[in-house]
Amino acid sequence: MDILRFATAGSVDDGKSTLIGRLLFDSKAIFEDQLEAVERTSRDRGTEFTDLSLLTDGLRAEREQGITIDVAYRYFATPKRKFIIADTPGHIQYTRNMVTGASTADLAIILIDARKGVLEQSRRHAFLTSLLRVPHLVLAVNKMDLVDYSQERFEEIRDEFTAFASKLNVGDLTFIPISALNGDNVVSRSENTPWYLGTSLLHHLENVHIASDRNLVDVRFPVQYVIRPQRANDHALHDYRGYAGQVAGGVLKPGDEVVHLPSGLTTRIASIDTFDGPVEEAFPPMSVTLRFEDDLDISRGDMIARPNNQPQVAQDLEAMVCWMADGLKLTPRSKLTIKHTTRTARALVRDLHYRLDVNTLHRDEDATSLGLNEIGRVSLRVTQPLFVDDYARNRLTGGFILVDEATNGTVGAGMVIDAH
Amino acid sequence: MLQRDYTTSQLDVLEAEAIHIMREVAAEFERPCLLFSGGKDSIVMLRIAEKAFWPAAIPFPLMHVDTGHNFDEVIEFRDRRTAELGARLVVASVQDSIDQGRVVEQTGRRASRNRLQTTTLLDAIEEHEFDAVFGGARRDEEKARAKERVFSFRDDFGQWDPKNQRPELWNLYNSRIRKGEHIRVFPLSNWTELDIWDYIRREGIEIPSIYFAHTRKVFERDGMLLPDAEVVRRGDDEPLFEAVVRYRTVGDMTCTGAVQSTAATVEEIIEEIAATRITERGATRADDRASEAAMEDRKREGYF
Repeated sequence: MDILRFATAGSVDDGKSTLIGRLLFDSKAIFEDQLEAVERTSRDRGTEFTDLSLLTDGLRAEREQGITIDVAYRYFATPKRKFIIADTPGHIQYTRNMVTGASTADLAIILIDARKGVLEQSRRHAFLTSLLRVPHLVLAVNKMDLVDYSQERFEEIRDEFTAFASKLNVGDLTFIPISALNGDNVVSRSENTPWYLGTSLLHHLENVHIASDRNLVDVRFPVQYVIRPQRANDHALHDYRGYAGQVAGGVLKPGDEVVHLPSGLTTRIASIDTFDGPVEEAFPPMSVTLRFEDDLDISRGDMIARPNNQPQVAQDLEAMVCWMADGLKLTPRSKLTIKHTTRTARALVRDLHYRLDVNTLHRDEDATSLGLNEIGRVSLRVTQPLFVDDYARNRLTGGFILVDEATNGTVGAGMVIDAH
Repeated sequence: MLQRDYTTSQLDVLEAEAIHIMREVAAEFERPCLLFSGGKDSIVMLRIAEKAFWPAAIPFPLMHVDTGHNFDEVIEFRDRRTAELGARLVVASVQDSIDQGRVVEQTGRRASRNRLQTTTLLDAIEEHEFDAVFGGARRDEEKARAKERVFSFRDDFGQWDPKNQRPELWNLYNSRIRKGEHIRVFPLSNWTELDIWDYIRREGIEIPSIYFAHTRKVFERDGMLLPDAEVVRRGDDEPLFEAVVRYRTVGDMTCTGAVQSTAATVEEIIEEIAATRITERGATRADDRASEAAMEDRKREGYF
């Protein structure tokens, strides 16, 4: 059994909470005491139906205001897979939350109300999904029961969305006509849509192939922590020096020739250690400890790659940045802390090329700043070299966060487009 | 060429993620500690810590906030496991906080030291200048926890502000704090109760005996089975009876209920949990029943 992480985007009106509630309920991930609590609260508020959004909207402020503020993580499992749902709010003022939820997602579900068709917010959600390089996208055309399960309406929406998506970097796009309320095509295929030849949503989630979404080609091992046992009484470990980290790309094997960055020196992997014994190969997302044949000066923040396949060693980055701070704005000359893989440095914003309208994709080249939830293309100068790949090639070596040095808050998320 | 399938099992993914989080903390903080209660989640967390730094020792101390109302079996387990690992254990005692006048003991039949723990915990964090504190909380436990970050920022009063949390993207965690502030770190955020048990089974990890079915004198209150113990105040209208029970969670005796169960092995527990229709906190924790936002309110004050 493996794990699929998926993000859902949409508002309560689209039936998102109903859909999640149904997936959780039908997979028995909602428990009786949770359901009773939700029923009780719904009744107390005079709501006619059991409001399943109360299951996910856990904070007092969310319940009081009847809105989703933050990303909620929910869990369910079927015999085939474990699922982690990042349930994100759909409104534009919560773009940063959707970006956060999408950053680790294997798949995103965008809900569209069949009566309303492709709206501005559907286009925004699709754009953010493609910006964050979520490998699989499902467009769930919901409330099919309210358009008499019309094949014509479904195809109209599909064609309009496909035309829009062709302008984006969407890897794998699937359309499913559903009714979250009635359960059509959610868990099993519906008799109400005989013209639909695809699978149910849950079947798709259980079977979509994600193992090859990870980058298994470019070896990238950011050194996270140096392990040097200091047990004076254990002489066998006296000379042990291991480099611990989580594999960010490629497949490593003992005996492989590797290059250490920033030194550029090469050596070979002597062994790949774990608590459970040495392993014959390591690949994402394994956390392992490497030992090398030569004694090199290696510390946290360094990178292990292959001599003939190295990341860019760069101090100048071109990146798309999503700004996440209330109040503070990103402007040229802003000085920030940047955290990329296991390396932390300082960064100067040299230029803001344009701000992107996330609804129309229009580029405003006259923009002088990025405010909360705004996305733009930025040039950064970093105080020490980073070992980066294009975000499109590897999300782990192409993504970074920006931290404000005054408040210590995480104020931005960046995706590398180009580096030198 | 033979095509190799690089599918990774859910426990391996969760373990790799938790190890990554632990190493990140050890690398970026000066004085971390790991909250170890002897409960199953902190036991799993401790095993992850062993794995993360092997063959070196765990590079931080363990801390237990002892209410003085713990089960004997759990305290015995705590001390034995700590000794096996050669780890340093800091015990922060709620009784000491009471004796020093930092908190006032509740009175009445439902008196519990649950809420008093927060003061003891925060005082200990301040005294030892801990800047990162590992907790075994999981997001599937409770709806306020479902929204909490892996690196959860606490101000210098130890408070959590759910509306002002740092965005957390990819596997990048922001560890910047000022002196006096700290980060609660939850490496098991993405684990479910069933994952914890699957992992205990896979790893062959020992857990305290009270997790398994045993005969115990109990009484019923609010649909929960509370133990017969000196620290639990039982009314005359709450008769004792003998039952075969086990614990799904391990906490303070005064607010942790047992469930009727004959599950005597990890396999049988997994079978039971897979079939159950009630959450572990709903079944066994009076502390979460106080109000709909009970957990959020306690967390805001600095609770685990």
